[in-house]
Formats: sequence, C-alpha cells, structure tokens
Amino acid sequence: MAQQTPLHASHIAAGARMVDFAGWDMPVNYGSQIEEHHAVRRDAGMFDVSHMLALDLEGADAKAFLRGLIANDVAKLTESGKALYSCMLNDQGGVIDDLIVYFLTDTHYRIVVNAGTADKDVAWMHQRLAATGTQATLAVRRDLAMIAVQGPNARAKTWAALPGAEAASTGLKVFQAAAFGDIFIARTGYTGEDGFELTLPVDKAVATWNALVSAGVKPCGLGARDTLRLEAGMALYGNDMDDTVSPLDAGLAWTVDFKDESRNFVGKATLVANGAGKQTLGLILEDKGVLRSHQKVITAQGEGETTSGTFSPTLEKSIALARLPLGVAAGDSVEVEIRGKRLKARVVKAPFARNGKALA
Amino acid sequence: MNTPANLRYTASHEWVRVEADGTLTIGVTDHAQEALGDVVFLELPEAGRVVAKEEAIAVIESVKAASDIYAPVAGEILEANQAAVDAPESVNADAYAAWLFKIKPANAADVDGLLDAAGYEAAIG
Repeated sequence: MAQQTPLHASHIAAGARMVDFAGWDMPVNYGSQIEEHHAVRRDAGMFDVSHMLALDLEGADAKAFLRGLIANDVAKLTESGKALYSCMLNDQGGVIDDLIVYFLTDTHYRIVVNAGTADKDVAWMHQRLAATGTQATLAVRRDLAMIAVQGPNARAKTWAALPGAEAASTGLKVFQAAAFGDIFIARTGYTGEDGFELTLPVDKAVATWNALVSAGVKPCGLGARDTLRLEAGMALYGNDMDDTVSPLDAGLAWTVDFKDESRNFVGKATLVANGAGKQTLGLILEDKGVLRSHQKVITAQGEGETTSGTFSPTLEKSIALARLPLGVAAGDSVEVEIRGKRLKARVVKAPFARNGKALA
Repeated sequence: MNTPANLRYTASHEWVRVEADGTLTIGVTDHAQEALGDVVFLELPEAGRVVAKEEAIAVIESVKAASDIYAPVAGEILEANQAAVDAPESVNADAYAAWLFKIKPANAADVDGLLDAAGYEAAIG
C-alpha cells in the first residue's frame, strides 16, 4: 500500500491522476500537465512535496558533522535561515542523495532529502553519527508537510493566502528561510521560478492548501514539476545522478566545495583522485521527436547518454540533460538515437528556461 | 469515459472505424489519450507500407512517455493524417476526430475479431 501525504484527499477531490512515486501515491497532474507547467512559468502553481523528508540535526557537533557528511561546506552558512544545496557522497564519490541544508543556529540545522532515498539517507547519517562519535541528534520530521508555491506571482499569492506571512518573509533573499509561527517559509524551489517552499505541521496542510487555492494558486502535479526542473537545468536524483555517479560528472561540480583544504568530507579523496571523467550538458532536439532518459548520444568525441529528457512546454521543443564525453562543448551538433534512428540535436548549457523565459 | 458504439476497438487502445468502402480508419481511444496526458508528438506509418496484425507501426508521445500504436489487422497503409502530426494536441481535444492512419485490410473478415464498445470497456475495467 502506497503512503499518502496529508493532502492526499485534497488531490483526489480535485480530480488528480495519481501515480506511485517512490512508494507514495502522488498527483502526476490535475488535467493538463502543460497548463500546470505554464501556470508556474507565468503566474503561480503549487506542489505537494510532503513525500520529501525534513530532518532536524541538533547538537554541539552539528556543524562539524555536516562539514564531513556533505560535499558542499556548511561553514559558509552564517546567517540564520540561509540554505545550501549539496550532494551527500559515499566513499566512492557517488551521490547517496542531493539535499538542502538550512542553517538555523550553530547547533541546529534542518535538512530536506528526497522521498525515494529517505530511508537510505537516515540510515547513512546514523552510521556516520556513530562512526564519528558526534554529539548530535537526528530527528525525523514526518510530523511536517511541505508545499512548494512557485511562479512569478507565488510570493504575492502566498501572502494573500496567509495573513501576516508577508512581514515575516518579504525580506528573504533567494535561498533563505524564516519562521512564521509554526510555518517555515523558504525562498527556494525546484522550478527555476521565484517562490516559497512552506514546511508546516501536518494538521495545517489542508487549510493552507485550500487558502492557496482561494488565492489563485494552481495545484500542479509531479509531471509539471519534472518538466519545470528539467527546463531549469536542475538534476533529478535517480535519473541524472545516483550512488554510482560523481557530482563532477553530473554537472554538480559547483556544489562541491574544495576551498578549505583542511576539510575532509566523505568521497573527497575519490573525487580528488579521479577528477571529472565526463560532463553533463543540455541538448535541444532539432529534428522532430521527444528525448527521453537513456538514449545514446553520438558526438565527435565518442558516445554519451541522455539522463533526463522531455518535451519542453516553454521552448516547444524536446530537451534533455546528457552525460557526454569531455571535450564536447555548447554549440556542437550531435546525434541522438531514438528507436533506431539518428536525430540531430544541439548541445547547450543548461538551464533552458528560468523566470518565465526561454534561455537556450 | 467516451466509447462510441459505432466503432470497433483493440485491447491495446486503438479505435477502428469501418468505412463504406471497407477501408479502416484508426486512432487511439479517449481512454488512451487521457492516460497518456498531453500528446506532443506522433510518428505515423508511410502510405504503401504493408503491416501485420498487432505490429507496432506508429508512436505517440505525450509529455510523460512514448507509447506504440499497433495495427489492428493485417493490411496496407493507405494514408496517414498529417494534420494530426502537425497538431498532436488534437488527439487530446477529440480522440475520435483525430484519426491517425487508414488501412486497407488484407482480409475484410479480420474486423470481426475486434472488440465492440462494450468489450473494450470491459477490457479496460
């Protein structure tokens, strides 16, 4: 039996088409995925992301522990509520998960991880806590729901829906969060648009969702979430990287912080020894068709593979992220093998679209 | 669910209309378009191609996924609907108006082996 979020009944009542996602019964769309996609690029849409897991790490050693646990460096977080995107690596330099860490105090961090990897992540963190003798506790916060409100009008509509929230969140910079009563408001997201991710007690989820609907925020499913994140050039765990892929090959080198040479983190030695073996770039299909994951890419420098592909509603063309040989560059022409045919594609730097505009 | 009684169906979600001259017009069902979601690409067979029953001869791609479309009977492709190729979203708008291709069946009696509307609705539960 698939797990259900606190908003499950709301999705059913809204006529959502439900699918199994990482063991959760989640809405894939409420009618048209393309309309939901455009709502986020042009106005405001929201996603139930309560299947993702919030964790609270608290203790005197919390900072030192995280500096060793993840590839980005939490030491650069000094302002309360500031967020950091990072990969958590295994000893082989593969990605156990990608996550967001919020700095609350020097002894308290909030971590948000993917649904499909949550059990694995928690087990790994406990193993690391024990192995390092860390003085910190890790609390699993399944008592919290999460709603991502995204789009150019997302903040204004959130403020209309939640009286008092504006004063608490109007000063937030991108990748920063603040508490508004028992609602944690973060100016983050996974769409390439402005907006908030709200973390709130489970018993407030339905009322908050309904208030957002009344304020004109369109419910959007995981289908639109995928096309939006891909247009924004954002990696999806399990598609674009996994336990066997280095962040340096997955286009995530910008999230790996080598600056403090004295800092050791899990996977660092392998990353330093191996460097990047491949690179991840964007593709735009020039022939007709739709790029999907795991299609062969033929380049002048050798073969590569698409890791995520879809039809881009903003570009009205098919786009993909692809793992390609080093030496391939933006502007190159390549071929993608689809059902035995070779179709022409152009290599670009992701993102493809952000803030309502096509970029590629 | 919309399953017109004047059409025949396959368990793989094609609809088949038997024309007065015995040729067959084929598309995908309303149930199929709803399950696929927004259709963005169609790859249809060339006229003149000889196809076998249940051969994968066309591809329909939605934002979500690619699916094969099968020949409901053996025969020869007479025509593909270029208007549908140019406007794949027409399949979502009206799956029974947006026909995909026409087949001249090798054996007219093969149509009798297809599902009727009640049979199709039972097949998709």
